[in-house]
Order: sequence, then structure tokens, then C-alpha cells
Amino acid sequence: MAQYETIRHDVLIIGAGGAGLRGAVEAAARGASVGVVSKSLLGKAHTVMAEGGVAAALGNVDDRDNWRVHFADTMRGGQYVNNWRMAELHAKEAPDRVRELEAWGAVFDRTPDGRILQRNFGGHRYPRLAHVGDRTGLEMIRTLQDHAIFERISFYMEFTIISLLKDGNRVVGALGYQREKGLFFVFQAKAVVLATGGLGRAYKITSNSWECTGDGIALACDAGAELQDMEFVQFHPTGMVWPPSVAGILVTEGVRGEGGVLRNGLGRRFLFDDIPPLYKDQTADNEEEGWRYTQGDKSARRPPELLTRDHVARCIVREVREGRGSPHGGVFLDIAWIKQKIPNAEKHIRTKLPSMYDQFLKLADLDITKEPMEVGPTTHYLMGGVRVDGDSQMSSLPGLFAAGECAAGLHGANRLGGNSLSDLLVFGQRAGEYAARFAKDASLAPVSESAVGESIRQVLAPFENGAKGRGESPYRVQAELQDMMQELVGIVRVEDEMVRALDGIQKLKERSRNLRVEGNRMYNAGWHTAIDVRNLLTMSEAICRGAIERRESRGAHYRVDYPEKSEKFAKVNTVLHKGEDGAFKLRLEPIKEMPAELKQIIEEMK
Amino acid sequence: MAAPARIEVPRRPARFGQSSRTDPWWAAPTVVFIVLSAFVIYSIWAALQGRDYRWGPYLSPLYSPELFGGPHAFIGGKPGWWPDWLFWSPAILILWAPAGLRVTCYYYRGAYYKAFWADPPSCSVGEPRQSYRGENSFPLILQNVHRYFIYLGLIYLVFLLHDAWEGLWFPNPATGHRVFGVGVGSIVLIVNMTLLSGYSFGCHSLRHLVGGYLKQLSGCPVRARLFGCASAFNRRHMLWAWMSLCFVAFTDIYVRLCAMGIWTDWRIF
Amino acid sequence: MTATTATFSIWRGDRQGGKLVEYQTEIAEGMVVLDAVRRIQADQANDLAVRWNCKAGKCGSCAAEINGKPRLMCMTRLSDVPTNRPILVEPMRTFPLIRDLVTDVSWNFEKKRTVRKFTPRKPDAPDGTWRMAQIDVDRVQEFRKCIECFLCQNVCHVLRDHQLFDEYIGPRLLTHSAALEMHPLDSDHRLSDLRFTQGIGYCNITKCCTKVCPEEIKITDNAIIPLKERLVDRYFDPVAWLFGAGR
Repeated sequence: MAQYETIRHDVLIIGAGGAGLRGAVEAAARGASVGVVSKSLLGKAHTVMAEGGVAAALGNVDDRDNWRVHFADTMRGGQYVNNWRMAELHAKEAPDRVRELEAWGAVFDRTPDGRILQRNFGGHRYPRLAHVGDRTGLEMIRTLQDHAIFERISFYMEFTIISLLKDGNRVVGALGYQREKGLFFVFQAKAVVLATGGLGRAYKITSNSWECTGDGIALACDAGAELQDMEFVQFHPTGMVWPPSVAGILVTEGVRGEGGVLRNGLGRRFLFDDIPPLYKDQTADNEEEGWRYTQGDKSARRPPELLTRDHVARCIVREVREGRGSPHGGVFLDIAWIKQKIPNAEKHIRTKLPSMYDQFLKLADLDITKEPMEVGPTTHYLMGGVRVDGDSQMSSLPGLFAAGECAAGLHGANRLGGNSLSDLLVFGQRAGEYAARFAKDASLAPVSESAVGESIRQVLAPFENGAKGRGESPYRVQAELQDMMQELVGIVRVEDEMVRALDGIQKLKERSRNLRVEGNRMYNAGWHTAIDVRNLLTMSEAICRGAIERRESRGAHYRVDYPEKSEKFAKVNTVLHKGEDGAFKLRLEPIKEMPAELKQIIEEMK
Repeated sequence: MAAPARIEVPRRPARFGQSSRTDPWWAAPTVVFIVLSAFVIYSIWAALQGRDYRWGPYLSPLYSPELFGGPHAFIGGKPGWWPDWLFWSPAILILWAPAGLRVTCYYYRGAYYKAFWADPPSCSVGEPRQSYRGENSFPLILQNVHRYFIYLGLIYLVFLLHDAWEGLWFPNPATGHRVFGVGVGSIVLIVNMTLLSGYSFGCHSLRHLVGGYLKQLSGCPVRARLFGCASAFNRRHMLWAWMSLCFVAFTDIYVRLCAMGIWTDWRIF
Repeated sequence: MTATTATFSIWRGDRQGGKLVEYQTEIAEGMVVLDAVRRIQADQANDLAVRWNCKAGKCGSCAAEINGKPRLMCMTRLSDVPTNRPILVEPMRTFPLIRDLVTDVSWNFEKKRTVRKFTPRKPDAPDGTWRMAQIDVDRVQEFRKCIECFLCQNVCHVLRDHQLFDEYIGPRLLTHSAALEMHPLDSDHRLSDLRFTQGIGYCNITKCCTKVCPEEIKITDNAIIPLKERLVDRYFDPVAWLFGAGR
């Protein structure tokens, strides 16, 4: 029988990013004993990489802003397949969540009259993003962390959760191991909150932290919970492509906002060649007008570089595929050219885009005031995830909650910048609250010894291969999966490629049953990777299945074989779950009818 | 996370001078050691000379302010209460203050702890001694007196400004009157005063006292301004420290060589 | 792009002992040390223990000592280190080793709880919010750039060579204290802790912490020395007491 220790908490939170910490603080404040398990050290989660800001209709900079506008913006951005209840709660509660951070020590940038400063961002009608320079995520996570360490919360750093434990249908705990020594732990809990973030690492090129392997969603899925809208993966059009070691790191939209232009390998501003009819009237038809727009001329129309993220990303892919890319497989983003337009351009660029200037100088030896950057799309965010109830964040399994990027619904088919940080706060808080309430009425349930034993046996199997010198390297399987997802289920999708990908995933799954891990259980990176691979395979399959099923193009999901939006799919979410036999079952779930008052808001704001 | 327990350190601390660093980590502390030693030796020697510190309108900064001593001294000649058996030089009475300022200066402290005490010899290089008290207890806790030295230092700056001004008024042997003029020495004195000001205005204590101690500078425009200035000087405090140190020695050498007749001051106009 | 190989001499072992092991790997233009280490991990040493998360210098997980200098592996470009001889990659020396390049930095998290938490003054406005001017938060924002890589704690000789882990909290937490002490809204007092239990006096301002900080926070000049001066106000300067300093 496998050896393990047992730890008991009222609420167990998996993940210590923004949502996890906010949930932990909330549950602890409601009197629950809380355990927070995280794969890495405290304060290292992917939340630290968020730059732009946290969207909340505080109305500090423009007092016309309020929750109704924010709600309408979010729904429009998500192309109306959002969970409208979540969008409503999010817009209403975000301002309080942000102010609360200030009471816990966060130091946002200030307006001249001393309030929280807000900035403009794509898709938000008014300046709405509270921010701290370009490191808002770090500020948020540090504030929550420094607040949480004084609460009744136990932290389990560098623990990996390998399965959720159930009693009947209810989730009653989780099994994990401690990375340092490789020892197993059973966490018994009355309620479990997943806050594990996204799955950028399913792709080769990603702006995400490398630990974003979709663990929580895969755990929920394996436990039988429903997933939703997994096909909606957002690709940011401009990530670094060269040198290879930094490929994927984000190049902010601000570069284009300051007048940066995209050119293909032939030097042509290719975005002028393909302006969607819907945007024809709002988009400049010559370079001069586009330039004037970036300089604040209100009579000018925006340059095509500032079209929606999904469109720009697709055009870049097309240029590269048709052989008009830059030497390293991207296109050129040129800000240096503005020296033809304004005097002292180099200094201007350095003051307006300091972190971009540093990033390219430090990592790519490239002076953006002199040379164009090479950029290409990079995997950025998963709109889909665990299907949850809008109010309580409870999944389809009793006792299992999800919040943040790993939960689906708020962002619909496309997320607006800044809405992810507010998502963490609003729904982290809600998940914490409802988990604590659930825990109050529930009791600890017994854990199935046999389930624990079976899980442990499975995750230890690769060591036997290692000892016998056979089996497959988890690193290789992971790399092949990433290459395949990048190639076949990326920005531009088509049915037969995705079917090929599904087939490929099946084969990799077969191979992954025979992984090899060398050495012992102490902080063994090969072992961590073997577990990541298992989760990434589950996630990749879910993305493929959702993407094949949604026979239309909407938001971040673009299909060459169905390039238009469809009436039918406008009213449904794709919902996936694993059946008893472990195979995915998919259904199209009609979106609930929106209440009249919300409909009216959307009408008014059109 | 229980109460912090004493940490286990499996890899023993590095031995003296042990480091994986491949760059010449010993270079910077060695330079500090040589330059500081040279300065200390020279300035003591110069201070003990008790002569050749004044030439024409120029006064060596090592002897400024000249309270007692020569005919131009502020108060008078050698004080009567000075014991006969004790060595006398006008510099002895005043040099302790600038010396104290530099010794307790936050920048020099860090520099000489490394270069003279090897505490540490350089960053991530092993140390010679196990025991360590830092500035937490006697005697180094006395370094906290630094702010009193900066008060004195600011007073000295007034004298140096006075010296620089005086350095522009040359006695005319024919008439006995003083006439305005500029010699190389005048410029040397002005540069010296400027560098010492730059060093003093960037003082960490001063920066604290003019506004750094406040939580909120908004609403105190004058202090906010002063704090901004002190911070600007403070950013280059190390550079000011070395430039002013070397230039003080150079100024003394210049005046001394003129006074000894080895060097002729060039009168520009 | 020309492929060349470089040799990496990586510390392998655990608390029982270990040694430097040499690995050769292909390097390409633009690579950082972390890339090479990960390539070695994937191809030659699957179980090599190393921490990394964001690979972009924002999370502070991959702190190590490269050719003896404490640095982030993800921000150290191979073009900045000589590749004609083995590149030495060692774990942080100050903290207990877990395995290979991974050390146990939990002491830093534990010690953080000894710094009194942020305690805001009463809200300024009836809606429960506060007003702060940008010039007042500038100083605090510099300290809050900290990514908690603990390189400063690692390089500080008070911890590294003298191991005063019980008596001293180190540059990271002094910076944390400074951020709270200078926070315009904070109303708590930390000077007595700093002097008597957190050992700020052990800092002898050799500035190694400032030199290694990947966020370029001026730890010594802007955080530690101002705290030391506040301590002087409170404990050592009778003239300041006349003016009511030291609270």
C-alpha cells in the first residue's frame, strides 16, 4: 500500500495566483480553515506577468463610466457567447475588489487628485484599467500574498496535485506530492477550489509562464466535471519570434498605438490589403491617415494595425504561410520609422515604451529605435475552462469550484485586455465565499483508499521504466505535442487538420502511457514533466474537440472552412465531459435567455 | 510555516578569498585600498607640515578654515593654551571634521569595510573571519553620528566658498590693494569647492533630513524640491566622493607647490 | 545561424554531497543560460532539478550563481559570458540545498511574517477610499518592483558568510519594511523591530544586494540607508528628539 500523509482543511485551494489567493483570503475571513497548494513558490504564479492593468469601472478618469458600460463592452468583446450573469457580476463588483486591494497595501498609479489612475485599452469604451506602470499583475499578487500570510491560511508550496478525490459525485479532496522529497499527501477538504490558470504550454509559442499546463482543468475533467468553450484560445498578434529562446514573449499593443506599423518581408504594409467589410468605415485607407490617428487626430480613422487581435494575428499567419514573412518566420513591427515623421523620435520611443525598449535590447540585442522588431502571434489566454455557475463558481461536481482563467464563461469568445485581472479578483472572491459556505454545511468525507492507491501507482509507473532503461522521454512527447498543436490547432483552423491533430493526440497518449523517468522522486523535473504531459494531452484533446464542433468563426476561433459567424452557434456553448469510459462527450448547450434589463443595456450601448 | 528555525547550511561557508567568480573581483577593492591609503598618508603628512599651505590668495582646503595660525587666520596665531609639548599645526584643529564626515559616510563605510576589513572582500567572495557584529553594536554603532558631521561639513562649505572667493582677489604688491583676477589656482579652488559641495549635497543623512524622513512630500513643496535635489546628487554619490577626495589632495598639492616655489601659478587675467 | 557547442559545468547533488558535472550542448544566437540548462535537462539529464516559471525575468524563480555571480538564469545571455571555457552554474550558496540547482528559500517566506503587516490609516473619503499623490507613491513603487528572487539575500554576506539567520532579516525584507514604512497610508511602526529583532545594524552597506538586483532597485541607497536614518532619529540623535522625531 502506498504511503501518504493526510492533511485536513475546510477549504482547499489549488493554485496560488491571483484567483487562488483572493479566494483563500475570502474563505479564511469567513472562518474556514484554508489550505493553499501551489506548484511553485508563493508569488511566482503567472499572474505576475500581467502588464496592462485591471479593468474596473471606477470612473476616476472619465465619470461617464459605470458597470453597465463595462458589462456591454465585455459582452461585445466576447461576441455574446459569454455567461451573461458572470459578465454582470464582474462589471458590478470589480470596482470594490480593486479598492479593497488598496486597503491591503497595493499602490496603484495616481490621478492628479490622488485617486487610482485608469488607462485606455482595446475594447474598453472609457479609460478603465487601474495599473501600476506595466507590472500590475506583480502588484496584485504581492498585495494578496502579503495580506494572506497573516490570515488563517496554510501554504503548501511546491506541491503538485495529481488527482481529485471524490465521494460519490462530490469532490472531497485531492491527492498530491511534495516536490522537494517526492512524498505523497492526501488533502481532505469540505470544498475544493481550482485556481490553476491557463494552458499556454500546450503550444510551442506562448506568452504564458511555462507552468501554465492546464492542470486544474484537466483534474476537473478527469474527475468528471464539465468543461466549456475549450476552442476559444486567444492568440496575441505580436509576440517576439527571435531569438528562439524568447519566442512568444509579449510585445505590447502599445507599440502599434504609438505608430508602429506591420510590414511583411517585402516591406509592404499588408494589413491594408485585407480590411474586413465590417470595419471598412472605421479604418484608414492610406498610411498618412493612419499615422494621424496615432498622433491623436480625432478626425482620422484608425490604421489597420489596430484592428482586433484575432484579425491581425490571422493576417500575420497568412503572410508567413505564403512566404512573405521575415527571416525568422514572423513579420516586421517597425516603430523606428517614425523618425521620418517626428524630430527626436528615438527619445520619444524610449520614454513611451521603456519596457519594450529594454526587453529587445536585453533579450534580442535589438535597438527598437533603430531597427524593426520581428513579431508573430503567440498563445495568450484560454477563454474556456471548467463550466461553472455564474454566482457561486461551483462546477458541475458538488464541492468543486473554479475561478480565474481555469473557469469558463466571463470572456465568451474573446477576452478584453484588463478583464482577466478583474476576473481573478471578482470570481476568486466569489469562489472563496461560496466554498466557505459550502464547507460550513458539509462534513469531511472519507477518501477512497483504492482511488488513492491507483493514482499513486499510475504516477509512479514511469520510474519503473526509468529503472529498466526503457520508455519514452516526457520532454520529447511534450515537444511533439506543442509542435503539433501549434501547427494544426493554432490561429487558423480547418477540420481535416484538427482531425489529424486528434489522431496525433491519440498516438501521443499511447506513447505517454510508457513514459520514462530517471532518478529518484526528489525534486525530479522529469517526473514533473511526465505529469504535465498527461494534463496537456487531456487539454489539447478538449481544445480539438471543441474546435471541430464549433463550425463557425467567432472571436478567437477562426475556421477557414467556416469563415463566417453562424446563427446556430451564436446561441450555444460547447460543453465537454469525460464519460465513465474516459472518452470525451460533447454537447451544444443553449445559452440561457438574458433578462430584459441586461438586453436593454446591450441595446443601448450598441 | 512555523517559527523560523536556525537554518541548516550543508555547503560550508566559503573560505577567505574563495569564490567561483571568474572576473577580477579583487581589482575594485584593491584600487579602493590603494587610493584611500595614499590619500590618508598624504593628508596626514600635509596636515603635519604646518607650512606652505597658503600662497597668494590661495588657501589649501586641508587647512581651511584657518582658525588659528598665520596672519590671515580668523581668530589669531597659535593659541596660548596649546601645550608646548604637543605638536602644532593649524590643520590639526580643523581636519577632524571633514575626516569624520568621510569616515562615517555611508558610501565610504561600505567601501572600506570591503577594502580594509575584507568584510566581505568583494561580493560573493569568502571572508577571513567568522565572527561579525556589523554596525549593530559598539564600536561601529558610532557611525550613526554621521549627520552631525554633515552639519559641520555644510559649515565648512561656507568657508570653502569664502576661500574660493578670496582666491579671486590678488594682492597688488605695488599698491597694497587687492585686485580681482583669475589664476589657475583660483579655478582649482572653485572646482574643489564645487566637487565638495556635490559630495555633501548628496549625503544620505542630508537627504533624509531635508525631506526623506517624511511619508508624504506632497504638500511640502520646498522639502519636496530639496529632497529631489539631494536625491539627484545622491545617485552619483560614489563618483562625487572620489572626485572630491582626489581633488582635495590635488588642491593641497597645487597650493603647496606654489608656496614652495616649485610651481608657478599662471595668472589668466 | 551557426551552431556551436558550449560546455556547462553544473552542480549536481543533494544535502549528502555532490559535484560539478560537465555537459556539452549546442548553443545558438540569443540563448540565455536557462535555455541551455533546459536543453541539457531535456536531452541529457532528465532529472536535473531546476526552478523556472516565467522565463522572462518577472517571477524570480531561476536565481542561481553563474560563474560565481548571483543572477537570474533567464536573464543571463550566453553572449555575456565567455563560452570558450566551461560556464559554471551553481545553486545559491546561502540557502539549504534541496537538489542540484534548487535551494530551500522558505526561510525568506517565514521571516516575512515577522515584518508587521500593512495597516492603513482611516479612509480619507466617505466612500472608504484614500487619496495619495504620485510623488508620494513613487518611492514605494520602486520597492514594490521586487520579484522576490532572493538574489540579494543570497549575496548578502551577513547571511551568506555569517549565517545570522535568526538575528537579521536581509536586504529583501529590509526593502519590504521600507516599502511599508514609507507607504503614505501606513500607520504602524516598525523601527523598534528593525533595530532589536531584525538586525538592520548588521547591514554594513557594502551594496552587493544593489548590484545583483535584477529589477535594479537601489536597495541600499533608497531602502536600507533611509531606514537607518529613521533609526538614528528615533534612537541616537538627541537633537532630533527635540524636534519630536522618532515618534
